[in-house]
Amino acid sequence: MKFVADVKPDVTTDIVYMMCPMHLLKLEEQIRELEYGQILEIMTDYDGALEDIPAWCEKTGNEFLGMDETPDFFKFYIKKLAR
Amino acid sequence: MKKYYFDHVATNPLHPEVLEAMMPFFKEEFGNPLSVYEYGMNAKNAIEGAREKVAALVNAKPSEMIFTASGAEANNFALRGIALARQNEGKHILVSRMEHHSILNAARFLEKSGFTVTYLPVDRQGVVDPAVVKKMITKETTLISVTHASSEVGTIEPLREIVAVAKENNIVVHTDAVASTGNIPVDVQELGVDLLSMAAHQFYGPKGAGALFVKQGMRIVPLIYGGIQESGRRAGTENVPAIVGMGRAAELAKAELSARTAYLKPLRDRIIDTMSAVENVYLTGDRDKRLPGHASFCVEFIEGEAMLLLLAAKGIFSASGSACSSKALKASPVLLSMGIPSGLAQGSIVFSLGMGNSTEDVDDLLREFPAVIKRLREISPYAKGWGDREEGGACTVKE
Repeated sequence: MKFVADVKPDVTTDIVYMMCPMHLLKLEEQIRELEYGQILEIMTDYDGALEDIPAWCEKTGNEFLGMDETPDFFKFYIKKLAR
Repeated sequence: MKKYYFDHVATNPLHPEVLEAMMPFFKEEFGNPLSVYEYGMNAKNAIEGAREKVAALVNAKPSEMIFTASGAEANNFALRGIALARQNEGKHILVSRMEHHSILNAARFLEKSGFTVTYLPVDRQGVVDPAVVKKMITKETTLISVTHASSEVGTIEPLREIVAVAKENNIVVHTDAVASTGNIPVDVQELGVDLLSMAAHQFYGPKGAGALFVKQGMRIVPLIYGGIQESGRRAGTENVPAIVGMGRAAELAKAELSARTAYLKPLRDRIIDTMSAVENVYLTGDRDKRLPGHASFCVEFIEGEAMLLLLAAKGIFSASGSACSSKALKASPVLLSMGIPSGLAQGSIVFSLGMGNSTEDVDDLLREFPAVIKRLREISPYAKGWGDREEGGACTVKE
């Protein structure tokens, strides 16, 4: 897993404590709203996202920039590349 | 025999228009809201329509409303969900002594799980003092839960003042507004609360539908795990007919709120004024800051249960002690916390009015109830007083 720090997201979505597969539904919904090249930050405590989010990015042609960790949740950074 | 229903804090009859709105969802519109085809979409749209109406009733955004199966579930969800979500910031919560069992027992669960709970005292009218709240707050406090209005004594709490104290200390505030929502104005913006529980059957909606308002941006740990219903915060296939009914009931309550209050208050006041004049009958709760249809008393020297049974024999249905524990046969913790002696608290009785009660119904009640009191006092071993023993103990009559 690639860890990053100080990424400046354009949009942040907080889905901490929301159940699976909200991380994928929100991801899709939010990415659709973004402009090309913008960065989305997703905060979630769901550990399944560790696999799902990079895999989703690969499948959809968006760039997975990496993740950051806090004691309570993960932060994932995704750059919109798919049009 | 004519029947008189004076127990609206226990539940309300369904409004005919609510039933009408629900019916299609028991029959042809049976779809699962998560299904992608027509049946599912119709059910999903119906739920979202209901969400807008329920949100409008309390001046919230639709996305801030989470449907639950009851007010009790909403209370459990709020208390447990916020305590757990904020446990890294502190493990202390404040809960008033006026709370329903769904708050008190959830608080006990948290105590067993390593949280510290402080139970806020109340005055003789059952009012929580914001200054006391301020004193009880510690660096560890993350959540305060105080009811909006007591179903047992009708008292409306000074929530805005409590919220003001909480906000100075970055503390989340939940209120159990099950007894108040749909019966008095409830506005989450004006109250300033972060979470608020409600139940449809308290405002002529169906049982099986409740909701929790969770302010936007607030994290909450789920109570029920599973699928992505309610934005992944409350799993389980939705009770579509009940939710639709709740929506319609909320719409009606919003439209009729002031008319309902104007109708109920004079009826309530007649009961309070007439019964307070009877010897050794005491109003419980605040005289003015109380629910519009709520008249509650402690009748000295006799038991609440005995009054309930004799009144029920005359077709008059009421409640004693805490609204849903009339079978528990012990002095109500709420009344005891208000400083009412346990002997007197045994004689608790609650009349809660609704739109189905007429002036004549109240006339009949005010004729029958004093007669019931008189009859029971004639056979009560305590009719001449409590004797020289402590109240609530094995009292003997002092000759």
